[in-house]
Amino acid sequence: MRKSLVLLALASALLSTTAFAAPRTDLVIGIQLEPTNLDPTTGGAAAAIRSVTDLNIYNGLTKIDKDGAVQPDLATNWDISADGLTYTFHLKTGVKFNDGTPFTAADVKWTLDRDRAADSKSAQKQLFTNIASVDVVDPATVKVTLTQPQGDFPYDLGWGDAVIVSQKTAATNVTTPVGTGPYELGEWVKADHLTLVPNPNYTGTKPALDKVTFKFISDPTAASSAVLAGDVDVFSGFPAPELLDQFKSNPQFQVIVGSTQGETIVALNNAHPPLDNVKVREAIAHAIDRKAIIDGSQFGYGTPIGSFFPPGDPAYIDLTSLSNFDPAKSKQLLADAGVKDLTLTFKVPPAAYARAAAPIIQQELADVGIKVNVVNVEWADWIANVFQGAYDYDLTMVSHVEANDFGSFGKPGYYINYKNADALNKLIAQLNATTDPAKQISIKQDIQKQLANDYAAVYVFELPNLTVANKDVQGLWPNAPQPTTDLSALSWAQ
Amino acid sequence: MSNYLAGRVVSLIASLFVASIVIFIILEILPGDPAQFILGMNAQPDTLAALRAQLGLDAPAVVRYFGWIFGMLHGDFGISYTYRVPVSELIAQRIGVSVPLAIYALTLTLIIAFPAGLIAAARRNSATDFSIMGVTQLGVAVPNFWFAIILVWVFAVTLHWFSAGGFPGWDKGFWLGIRGLTLPAIALALPQASILARVMRSALLDTLDEDYIRTARAHGLSRGATLWRHAVRNALIPVLTIIGLQFAFLLAGGIIIENVFTLPGLGRLIFQGITQRDLIVVKSVVMLLVFAVIFVNFLVDLGYLAIDPRLRRR
Repeated sequence: MRKSLVLLALASALLSTTAFAAPRTDLVIGIQLEPTNLDPTTGGAAAAIRSVTDLNIYNGLTKIDKDGAVQPDLATNWDISADGLTYTFHLKTGVKFNDGTPFTAADVKWTLDRDRAADSKSAQKQLFTNIASVDVVDPATVKVTLTQPQGDFPYDLGWGDAVIVSQKTAATNVTTPVGTGPYELGEWVKADHLTLVPNPNYTGTKPALDKVTFKFISDPTAASSAVLAGDVDVFSGFPAPELLDQFKSNPQFQVIVGSTQGETIVALNNAHPPLDNVKVREAIAHAIDRKAIIDGSQFGYGTPIGSFFPPGDPAYIDLTSLSNFDPAKSKQLLADAGVKDLTLTFKVPPAAYARAAAPIIQQELADVGIKVNVVNVEWADWIANVFQGAYDYDLTMVSHVEANDFGSFGKPGYYINYKNADALNKLIAQLNATTDPAKQISIKQDIQKQLANDYAAVYVFELPNLTVANKDVQGLWPNAPQPTTDLSALSWAQ
Repeated sequence: MSNYLAGRVVSLIASLFVASIVIFIILEILPGDPAQFILGMNAQPDTLAALRAQLGLDAPAVVRYFGWIFGMLHGDFGISYTYRVPVSELIAQRIGVSVPLAIYALTLTLIIAFPAGLIAAARRNSATDFSIMGVTQLGVAVPNFWFAIILVWVFAVTLHWFSAGGFPGWDKGFWLGIRGLTLPAIALALPQASILARVMRSALLDTLDEDYIRTARAHGLSRGATLWRHAVRNALIPVLTIIGLQFAFLLAGGIIIENVFTLPGLGRLIFQGITQRDLIVVKSVVMLLVFAVIFVNFLVDLGYLAIDPRLRRR
């Protein structure tokens, strides 16, 4: 009787400890690219820097949430003047930087003035050049005046490049980041890992995880082995779609397939004859089979796109039928344009999606009578000779991963050499002049239609966002509207 | 002997000088602008020009060459374009992985290759000899990165005896660090041990056919003592050459293994420097590796002096 009571007591003690065992509070995330430094406001390979620091170490006036919408961050709300030129931001109070200094409107003024200065080193300087002046109304209110209306200004302030820093510590942010976020830098062993620990001066809701380690693993096989061996709990931006099946069939892991802002296109040099003829460009568009490229080079992961716009966006319209796979139509268009025996040079940068798709595209164009010479180039060569300089290419393939970059084609000297840039820039100006969401959507649709009808490029697919994780990790963002890893959203299941 | 030594030292300095000029010229010819690389596609031209001036890319080539050489002699390797930290810091961190890994792999190589080569030569043409030669043939033929992936699959993913990659750092404990380097060292050691075993065997076989071996045996020395005291010592010269070359390769050529195991070593540093057009890192690390290789060969030359008494009389 006594023995069974003791056993019962032991059993219930055991059960209670397991039932109330606290969930883990540490997490290891694998990512491919290591940030070169920890300051997103002074240039550098910004996407990698933002993926570690945005929303974790630093905050901006606004932030972009997992659905790509603008949310308040350091600014709780804002008023826009009737002419769209003056924004008054009301700031959160009681916020401190992780070194203990209070955050005030003066920090906002200093940061924005630095970002828009003539000698600014920001990689996204164009977000700030429209600012005429920044004025401190009181420690919790900032007035920003623009020279022209910029409809997406609150969104632009949510970019990781627009985070607010403190004047005292800005110079050393590259190695010792000082921001207002829930985490601060723990340790950084270059080329291996970086650890974030809780910011003791954080005044917001304490995040569930108190130790997050980013491990940098660039090799796809090593990434896969690391997840299988349990070295990492989450792999963000999994680089090997061909290995996903083994994770899908394994009950210990979850696989999340979402989308990014990366429009992957086959760019056509609109300045090189006969590519300056819209019929020839249309012919090439009809010769390319999106499905074959997605299945053949992306293992089925990727959403087809019909214009230079991400499918997840509320303003997206499906224009893929304008460039549907129709080799017969392609041959007809080439004959109409009087083009015979065409040879084109296809310069392929070292991106996995491009190198894998190049032979497929070469074959598809050969089927309609266009000979394609595939030339593999390195990034530095591509940037110097294809993207800039002599625009020495006929075809190239690259993914444009920044958000809201549909206006790029209108920029002077943009490598596409788009001839209809004026019409596009007019639409962009109209877009900037309005803050009415319905009108903004309608203008964005007009932009998509123009870019599709002009066949400025062949719009192939949207890069997928692949995440592989331990099944107990919760709060992972399925999509990547910005290169952000929001750690305060993550937790372990009970 | 002093003539021999003096000749070697002069050759060391001359090689370093020629190597530095070649490295500098090659990197000058490479296309690509580091400033563009750092700031990305969206950068404005005036930001690029400012960064280029700040990085000192505008000065003429001769000025930059001598600035680099004198800097290196003072231990100042410059500031990395991409990481914005002194290159000497980056090198110090990576050396802490690459050099122990190279030594570990070389130790494993010697432990495996010496007995294997010895036994194979001593029992030439026997079943033992053929099986050892068969295994080494396989070891030379198998690509070491494939072998590395198999090691990861078996020992990390399935058995969980080791982690699948990464290096925890020496400050977390010496044995933990060794554990992190074990699978990479085995992957590196396999082909090197196979090569060395075969070289050892053929060097020994050549020596075993010499007259002095026959004389020693005729004098009544046992097989084992003849082998150890006479044959092995004389066979060491080609073996020592190969070991010198292998250490140089292990130091710099482990880039593929470093990639598979995600080790923060010198090979990966150079590779990332090249793709990111971080020319300061590339120049300095390549120069360092050239120095290491030339220096190791110099040590091998000194080793010859130790082994071969004939050289001491020159």
